[in-house]
Amino acid sequence: MNRQTRVFVTMIAATLGALVTLGGAHASGQAEGREYPTRAISYVIPFAPGGQSDVTAQYQKPYLEELLGVNVLIRHQAGAGGALGWAALAAGRPDGYTIMGNNIPHIIIQPLIRDDAGYRTEQLKPVYLFQTTPIGIAVHADSPFNTLEDLIHYARSNPGAVTVSGSGTHSGHHLAILQLQHLTGTEFTYIPATGAAPSLTNFLGRHTDVLMANSDDLVAHRGEMKILAVGTTDRFGPLPNVPTFIEQGLEMTAGIDRGVAVSPNTPDDIVRRLEEAFHAVTTNPVFRAEMDAMGFETQTMGSAEFARYIEQKTGEIQTVLRELGEL
Amino acid sequence: MSSVLLDALAGVLSPVSILLVLVGTAGGIIVGALPGLTATMAIALLVPFTFGMSPVHGLVLLGAIYTSAIYGGSFSAILINTPGTPSAIATTFDGYPMARRGEAYRAIVTATIASVVGGLIGVAFLIFLSPPLARASLRFGPPEYFWLAMFGLTIIAAVSPRSTLKGLIGGGIGLLISTVGISPIDGATRYNFGTLSLQSGISLIPALIGFFCIPEVLRMVEESQHSGEMIPYKRQRRMVKRVLQQLVRRPWLMIRSSVIGTLVGIIPGAGGNIAGLVSYNEAVRASRDKASFGQGAVEGVAASEAANNASVAGALIPMLTLGVPGAPPAAVLFGALLLQGMRPGAELFTTYAPVTYAFLFSLVLANLAMLPLGLLLGKGVARLMQKVKVQTMAPVIIFLSMVGSYSIYNNLGDVYTMVATGIVAHVLRKAGFQPGPIVLGLILGPIAEQGLLQSLLLGRARGSMLMVFFARPISVVLIVLTVVSILAPILVQIRDRRALRQGPSSGGTE
Repeated sequence: MNRQTRVFVTMIAATLGALVTLGGAHASGQAEGREYPTRAISYVIPFAPGGQSDVTAQYQKPYLEELLGVNVLIRHQAGAGGALGWAALAAGRPDGYTIMGNNIPHIIIQPLIRDDAGYRTEQLKPVYLFQTTPIGIAVHADSPFNTLEDLIHYARSNPGAVTVSGSGTHSGHHLAILQLQHLTGTEFTYIPATGAAPSLTNFLGRHTDVLMANSDDLVAHRGEMKILAVGTTDRFGPLPNVPTFIEQGLEMTAGIDRGVAVSPNTPDDIVRRLEEAFHAVTTNPVFRAEMDAMGFETQTMGSAEFARYIEQKTGEIQTVLRELGEL
Repeated sequence: MSSVLLDALAGVLSPVSILLVLVGTAGGIIVGALPGLTATMAIALLVPFTFGMSPVHGLVLLGAIYTSAIYGGSFSAILINTPGTPSAIATTFDGYPMARRGEAYRAIVTATIASVVGGLIGVAFLIFLSPPLARASLRFGPPEYFWLAMFGLTIIAAVSPRSTLKGLIGGGIGLLISTVGISPIDGATRYNFGTLSLQSGISLIPALIGFFCIPEVLRMVEESQHSGEMIPYKRQRRMVKRVLQQLVRRPWLMIRSSVIGTLVGIIPGAGGNIAGLVSYNEAVRASRDKASFGQGAVEGVAASEAANNASVAGALIPMLTLGVPGAPPAAVLFGALLLQGMRPGAELFTTYAPVTYAFLFSLVLANLAMLPLGLLLGKGVARLMQKVKVQTMAPVIIFLSMVGSYSIYNNLGDVYTMVATGIVAHVLRKAGFQPGPIVLGLILGPIAEQGLLQSLLLGRARGSMLMVFFARPISVVLIVLTVVSILAPILVQIRDRRALRQGPSSGGTE
């Protein structure tokens, strides 16, 4: 009896010990030096490892470490399409020791669509926007459709018959197809997958007719498909023969923008320090060449411009969603 | 071509590469053995370090960790009934009963040999048959995923030998739990009670730890009152030779399990966990002595471990040839390849062939390294477990469970999930429910749901549900397997009953 009690006491002690340790790790980040940064910075990716945000961060890491003079630790806090991470950032300490991937349209759509997203878009303090992955639309290499017009023409006379593969609901791909439907008065059947990879396999396996995909996937698989349009304002460098939506008379751009943000109320001088570092990385010619090779478009938007951009995008997305009855 | 292969071989057989394989394998086994620390995490943590290495060295290290972490998961499955990685779920079914009989080392030896054989067969498929298999994997669309999940659910019968009804209820509970969180298809939030942490659902790994580990620790403590010693330990000589002899006598078991593992691994979205479970199910079905499964059958451990290690190579097939990773750890490896400037796809086998083949050869090496390293570590851990008293063991396991749950994605919510599922599992266990079927439902639920909803959307667009669900070749095969799987035990039961009625002389296979 006595023995069992002792075991239980030890177990409870261990439990408490673990919780205290974890709680400590959770809330670590007390010391505030005079000259930011004085200790390692966590660069949190709010998605599972292996994705585009992750790969880009891994590329940036050595440059950032050299520029900031401290270690940059890449961590992953995945869940709820990124919302878990962003909610934690919104509630985080304004000390600049946690920077997090800040993806558009995700951070705009989630709080619009869900009351319980756990954060508001304006709570995440934008630092720098370094990359855009344009979204394009493609059909199979042997498809009867050779132009976007062909596809739209067919979709208009056969509402719902054309299946479109894309990643996620209320995601960039979903938004792009909604926009296209809205502008052309067509109806497609959107088949959401749980990520870019399964969406690509659904298309490559010929389970769907059309693919909405990020430019890097389009670039990698361009031999197996006809890319009909891409969501940039000017022609997209790695795919110079593909017309934009705008060229084809459709006033739409589509893409995923990637940047970083910090917790609300982070002092401006800390934001500025990070902004400078990210600017230096992004304008580094070696880094740029690496991004180009992977089919990413680099951007150089500082904190203020990034904030204005988010505001502008929020307006656009709100309009689209409202007109579509999604809000 | 052959000069490329020779170059690749030379690259792998360099001292640095061999050292990296050994380090990676040992590290991978330890990571895999600790519940909560998974292959995915280990690879993700190491990717930044490999950035500075040459592509061959970086990939050799990561590949060794991947394959050995999947194997390492069997240690905790056998010793404390907790799958160290999700791939080892099916290993607990017979591995732990073996350990409780005092045959922990025998179970580890079995797992080791089976893992090596499975891993090598998988790599053989990867080296020689990648392009056609990758093409075939694309045939797997939404309806096929749905039917795969349906077939998977029939495994409940195999993993709940005592009561099929309780197994089915458990599976139902698992399916229900899997619906918590944001729906994968329409984005609606379900059963999150307004809380943020439930939005991403009940994560698999904390739930696994909760369902398997916590009830076991509590039982340990309850029983410690009666018996002082943890697990009896039987010393047996020449274990490796004996197990090897036993497995050689069943070549079909090893081959079948490895092929199943490879094929399931190829399917994107189905990883080592499903591979192990399907293979276990087939081993039960093929065995004449079905009653021994779940009671500590060597075949059960071998089937699960051969399949999950074969699935490692399987998951790499679509990743390397199509650029579509077949499992989460493969997705992280995919990122590592990108960082080395190598774009997965056809170029890997042309432009980057020396690096790619060096990587593939290193997987062979890593599988071979698992044999001595695994046996050495296994013997040590198995012995250690006999010496540690419950007073020490129980708190340490609880502590590791918490740290493990937290470290997956640095979410405290995952720790709460682990504790909550642990308590639920303890109560359910007292009522006679096993964790196997529940976890099966939890794993297959999202696959079934996505497959069903995507297929319904496709069917509506195509104007024919019948065509989408029932007229595709792979679907038909899976439907037949499902039906056979459900009917076979019932038919056997009827036959046995009839045989019993007619007397023992007629019927029945000896």
